[in-house]
Amino acid sequence: MHKLLLAGLLLTAPAGAQDSTGNAEAGKRIYMKNGCYQCHGTVGQGTIEGARIGPPPLSAQGMIRYVRRPAGQMPAFTEKVMSDRELIDVYAFLKTIPPPKPSKDIPLLNDLRGK
Amino acid sequence: MARKTPVGRRGFLKGAAGAVASAAAGAASLAISTQAAEAQAPERAVGDHAATPLPSAALSANEKSSPAARVDVYTTDRPGSDFMVDVIKTLNFDYVCANPGSSFRGLHESLVNYGGNKAPELITCCHEESSVAMAHGYFKVEGKPLMVMAHGTVGLQHASMAIYNAYADRVPVYIVLGNIQDINFRRSDVEWAHSVQDAAAMVRDYTKWDDNPVSLGHFAESSVRAYKIAMTPPYEPVVIVADAVLQEEPMPEADRRTARIPKLTLSAPPAGDSGAVAEAARMLVAAENPLIVAGRAARTPQGIALLVELAETLQAAVQDRHFRMNFPSLHPLNGGNIATADVVLGLEVQDFWMATHSMTPINRMGMESRPITKPGAKLITIYSGDLYGKSNYQDFGRYAEVDLSIAADAEATLPALIEACKKLITPDRRSAMQARGAKLAEASKAARERDIELAAYGWDASPISTARVSAELWSQIKNEDWSLVSDVNPFFSSWPLRLWDFKKHYQYLGEHGAYGIGYGAPAAVGAALANRKHGRLTVNIQCDGDLNYAPGVLWTAAHHRIPLLTIMHNNRAYHQEAMYLSDMAARANRGIENFSVGTGINDPNIDYAMMAKAYGMYGKGPISDPKDLGPALKDAIEVVKRGEPALIDVVTQPR
Repeated sequence: MHKLLLAGLLLTAPAGAQDSTGNAEAGKRIYMKNGCYQCHGTVGQGTIEGARIGPPPLSAQGMIRYVRRPAGQMPAFTEKVMSDRELIDVYAFLKTIPPPKPSKDIPLLNDLRGK
Repeated sequence: MARKTPVGRRGFLKGAAGAVASAAAGAASLAISTQAAEAQAPERAVGDHAATPLPSAALSANEKSSPAARVDVYTTDRPGSDFMVDVIKTLNFDYVCANPGSSFRGLHESLVNYGGNKAPELITCCHEESSVAMAHGYFKVEGKPLMVMAHGTVGLQHASMAIYNAYADRVPVYIVLGNIQDINFRRSDVEWAHSVQDAAAMVRDYTKWDDNPVSLGHFAESSVRAYKIAMTPPYEPVVIVADAVLQEEPMPEADRRTARIPKLTLSAPPAGDSGAVAEAARMLVAAENPLIVAGRAARTPQGIALLVELAETLQAAVQDRHFRMNFPSLHPLNGGNIATADVVLGLEVQDFWMATHSMTPINRMGMESRPITKPGAKLITIYSGDLYGKSNYQDFGRYAEVDLSIAADAEATLPALIEACKKLITPDRRSAMQARGAKLAEASKAARERDIELAAYGWDASPISTARVSAELWSQIKNEDWSLVSDVNPFFSSWPLRLWDFKKHYQYLGEHGAYGIGYGAPAAVGAALANRKHGRLTVNIQCDGDLNYAPGVLWTAAHHRIPLLTIMHNNRAYHQEAMYLSDMAARANRGIENFSVGTGINDPNIDYAMMAKAYGMYGKGPISDPKDLGPALKDAIEVVKRGEPALIDVVTQPR
């Protein structure tokens, strides 16, 4: 399993990281093409294999740092296979994902409470 | 029982001596002299081989010249396979699953005509892997093994992976193999190819016992023995070879006088040594933070109640690894953290080492492991696997270093362990345990709340999130007597296990055993067959890759009117392997975009609703919009409640 353990990350920018302005449309294509969705879901909702990342809980720099040196079982993706620029685009895509409706406003989920 | 049998049904051309002997022994009901036989037109089936020509004129003339020397025997009123059915009926099988095969045609005929196709009733399967996996699923609901018939050669080869799954999952399957041992009885090149010296050899590494009886009396004794061995924990598959000559030839006179069917008495399951149980109780009662890890702890429905009693007695957390339905999912003691436990009790945990260790993350080169228990934690196991094992296949897992190992069946040991614990609990300990239980209940409640919050992410996504599918499904089955018969961990991100209220043994059946894919669909049909007589609503969340191994089992469900709701987890990939391919590409630092090569099940997409319809059952989909899911499920559940199988194709998130 590829549980992405995000706790305790240093959120400092890696050398060479660019600013956090990315192209969300390109980022979505990269996210799907490179298979990020396999563990994190097509809208970053997370699965048993990978953490929820949409909307992103980290800064862009923090995400890039984690992708380069993951602490959990997520594979490490180097600059060679996924550039900082591409990751910033992915981050821009993840930022476009709205937070979910509160579960108390989803009857099928709210009904689960108290049982 | 004497019965009229059509001439030619068993058209053995007998030599004079054998025919006379048989007639003299009274074995044949219709022994016809050659003159009488000649009066009947010789039959020759279309496609008969040239090597078996019609009798020549010279041969006929020669036969006419010695009428007293030859008697052709055409029928019998007592084939050996009838006696085999007598034996089988004493073992009380509900069903026998089989894809028809010539090496057990005699037994097949006897089951249908002599046995009346009841107890056991034939279930027509389209693949031997389906036959065994149906028996696998059936047992986990009903607690009774099914019988499976297969060729000793090609049928067993098809069945073998499913047998290995059952073996690794500690499930008894009673397998009867057809074989033609005597070369003189092999009719054709087909039958030579379908014959084998030692039929069971191929699966001996992953069956508990087998035999190749050479007489009907031998068949009776070995059949009863096989059942007893299969049903003594640890449960495992067994094999009996039913020789075709024994099946098809008249029951020998000697056997008629002497063959008997032994009484079956099942062994009481092995309980733990009393001294070791007392020591385990002492360690558990003294522990500040004990944890119970349950593998296949609940061998029967009673096992759940016993595990609840032990957990509540100790106010100890229970970590259910979901190889069976061991512990109620919403029980306040469900959960726990192995890293903080000072005593860990493993109950029928086949992979106890894995439960107590972590491996190097896959993103690092090399491989290291470390305990995830805290230093000084004491480990106890109660495991029937310590009583029995084989060496070739490695499903036994890594050697577990523990402080107290009890070689016994966990469920059989629990009553004594519970009583021993109760005797040791002082008022002070009880008070401390109650405080611990209250904290565990709070933690369990918080974990559930987190899961409900997480389920909201991706709620409206398309493909549909597995959390959404689980919530939609639960809303429609929660007031039914439901049974989830598929493995959802990790394929469905375990969402049903995280959201639903599991209480009963048939509500979760665990997994494949050996992770041989192709188990899911037939095991679900087998489980649904078991649930049918109880009127339960059987639910199968069906992985797409799994269904494509042997989808003909859908026809079996339709043909036998087995009510089963199948919801396709159609992520259009062998997704586990897609993730592995990504892992390997990342490690090799190249080509991470090629993960779907050899792993995708798309282009073209498979239309599972159409597949279901082709096999004669209700099908709907593909459903990609989550708003359409609820109504589709409602319609399909109505079909299932009418006693039929139904399939909904849902295009889902990968996990």
